[in-house]
Amino acid sequence: MNYLPQILFAIVLIAGIGFFAKNVLRLRRNINLGKDVDVSDNKPQRWKNMAKIALGQTKMVVRPIAGFLHVIVYIGFIIINIEVLEIIIDGLFGTHRIGLKVLNKSVYGFLIGSFEVLAVLVLISVIVFWIRRNVIKLKRFLSKEMTGWPKNDGNIILYFEVVLMCLFLVMNATDSSFQALDSGNIISQYITPLFSGLDESSLHLVERSAWWLHIVGILIFLNYLYYSKHLHILLAFPNTFYGKLIPQGQFKNNDAVTQEVKLMMDPDADPFAAPAEDAPDPEKFGASDVTDLTWVQLLNSYTCTECGRCTSECPANQTGKKLSPRKIMMDTRDRLEEVGKNIEANKGTFVEDGKQLLGDYISHEELWACTSCNACVQACPVSIDPLSIIMDMRQYLVMEQSAAPSDLNNMMGNIENNGAPWPFNQMDRLNWAEES
Amino acid sequence: MENTLKVPTMAELFAAGQQPEVLFWVGCAGSFDDRAKKITKAFVKILNKANVSFAVLGTEESCSGDPAKRSGNEFLFQMQAVTNIEVMNAYEVKKVVTACPHCFNTLKNEYPGLGGNYEVVHHTQFLKQLLSEGRITMEGGQYKGKRITFHDPCYLGRANGVYEAPRELIKKLDAELVEMKSCKTRGLCCGAGGAQMFKEPEKGDKDINIERTEQALETKPEIIAAGCPFCNTMMTDGVKNKEKEASVAVMDIAELIATAEDL
Repeated sequence: MNYLPQILFAIVLIAGIGFFAKNVLRLRRNINLGKDVDVSDNKPQRWKNMAKIALGQTKMVVRPIAGFLHVIVYIGFIIINIEVLEIIIDGLFGTHRIGLKVLNKSVYGFLIGSFEVLAVLVLISVIVFWIRRNVIKLKRFLSKEMTGWPKNDGNIILYFEVVLMCLFLVMNATDSSFQALDSGNIISQYITPLFSGLDESSLHLVERSAWWLHIVGILIFLNYLYYSKHLHILLAFPNTFYGKLIPQGQFKNNDAVTQEVKLMMDPDADPFAAPAEDAPDPEKFGASDVTDLTWVQLLNSYTCTECGRCTSECPANQTGKKLSPRKIMMDTRDRLEEVGKNIEANKGTFVEDGKQLLGDYISHEELWACTSCNACVQACPVSIDPLSIIMDMRQYLVMEQSAAPSDLNNMMGNIENNGAPWPFNQMDRLNWAEES
Repeated sequence: MENTLKVPTMAELFAAGQQPEVLFWVGCAGSFDDRAKKITKAFVKILNKANVSFAVLGTEESCSGDPAKRSGNEFLFQMQAVTNIEVMNAYEVKKVVTACPHCFNTLKNEYPGLGGNYEVVHHTQFLKQLLSEGRITMEGGQYKGKRITFHDPCYLGRANGVYEAPRELIKKLDAELVEMKSCKTRGLCCGAGGAQMFKEPEKGDKDINIERTEQALETKPEIIAAGCPFCNTMMTDGVKNKEKEASVAVMDIAELIATAEDL
């Protein structure tokens, strides 16, 4: 009978991790719906970016308050999770605080002590985060796209962290053998008196409950990730690795178009040649749905944690236009999820649902409001590139649908006819040199 | 102004069997826009004064294709690019300088993939180089102690990481460089990029150039310096909208230097 808790623990652990693995596979499948793109270049720089931006949080601290608090929660998350290792070993083997058996008392005390201090710092940071969202009501958390689920999601994550940190501290406070050690109970010793009225067995019950709730809570949180905006804690790493390395101003040249242009410029090409019988269909220009985007762009959308720094730096958004780079990323992810569910419901194949990213999620008006200034790209703490999606969708609008605003059609007509965006004659291009 | 500008074309030099040190890519705004033409001329005056061997393409130059590409017309962009590259490659161009950050970005970053490989510099980088090589000298004179704020063009700053060259030139004028609250990597766009220059803005509360002009005016500048003909237009319009044109001038870095030197 003594093995019952261990068996129960193993079942909970396997279920938690198994369910998570299933979601990871789902995530992989969805991201792989994107077009292939070669990102195998310059590995050293990619590792460096990942180390600096994801691990080193260099872009988070551009905004010092949020950045500092985030670094605390981030370090807390990583360090306190070392404790999870002990919990898992204890749970599986029926031991209690196995760490004390392998480490000497002062080292163990130092570790747990640091976890406790971090737990309190995380608690404080998370409360400040909650206040920023719900009391101070920072503008970037109140945009139109941040109502309903995205707003609740943000708060649920904060509640989760509060509960987990409290459980960790209560677990230590009610562990009489740990308190008797008097090493590492820096914070929990002040919580112990709250339970002074309880007898030994009730205290033990509280300790066990806190222990169980803590680990079950962590497993629930792990599985909550896929359904929330919070995937960045994992995806920030690959996302910064695969982020753009070339100058921000360099937009990729469309190779399919290059083929066409080369053919046009080739004096030996036969202007009347019909395409070969077995020629593949001409490639679609630009993007109207998620499957026209690259897998890196789709990875971007899952990595977005909806912090809204992009939107708050966007000149169009700042001046009241509909465009919000964050919404572009959220729309891309929501549509991708919809496509993924469609595939699941139809046994592995996508069945046309009469919807697409362009129009059903992202409007023409949003796309045309962009100045391509790269402020959103610069602002993103995890190397997401909303601008590339906007540009791909503009390309679709212009090249597949001829749906540019009429002013832009005039401008493009001018370039085509006389080599300048305005209706001036190319032969007058040097007139300025003669004018005084 | 009595001196006429010396503006050799690539065709003339080629006929004479000469190769200039650098091609000055004027761009559409610099060729046709009345305000931007003044920037072009100011830059040429400096080049003439420094005896820089340069040439322009003149009537052989065509739009770089930037506004077409940012509008989504990749085909038109590549047609423009390939045509321009053919011309430049025929003249064996090695180095290009331009006063337009949009042309700068496109030629520097997007032409190589289509066969156009040149060393491309923005005119502020070129001027800084001339200065450090002692080919031009600068004395503050009329700009001494003046409050100048610099508006970062997106396609020079964030797009290509050039923040210091224009600022160093302003400091060399003995002017007091004052920064706006959003500058450098966080500089706010003037509102013209991404082909917005050629269309009406979408519905909103405010025009972007007004927002940016307000930020610039907060620094109480005597001059708003720019390094892009489109930013120049947008900021000039913004200053007019705020009825400050009598007290605040919008000037390109090349114009600042040319007038400081009394060219």
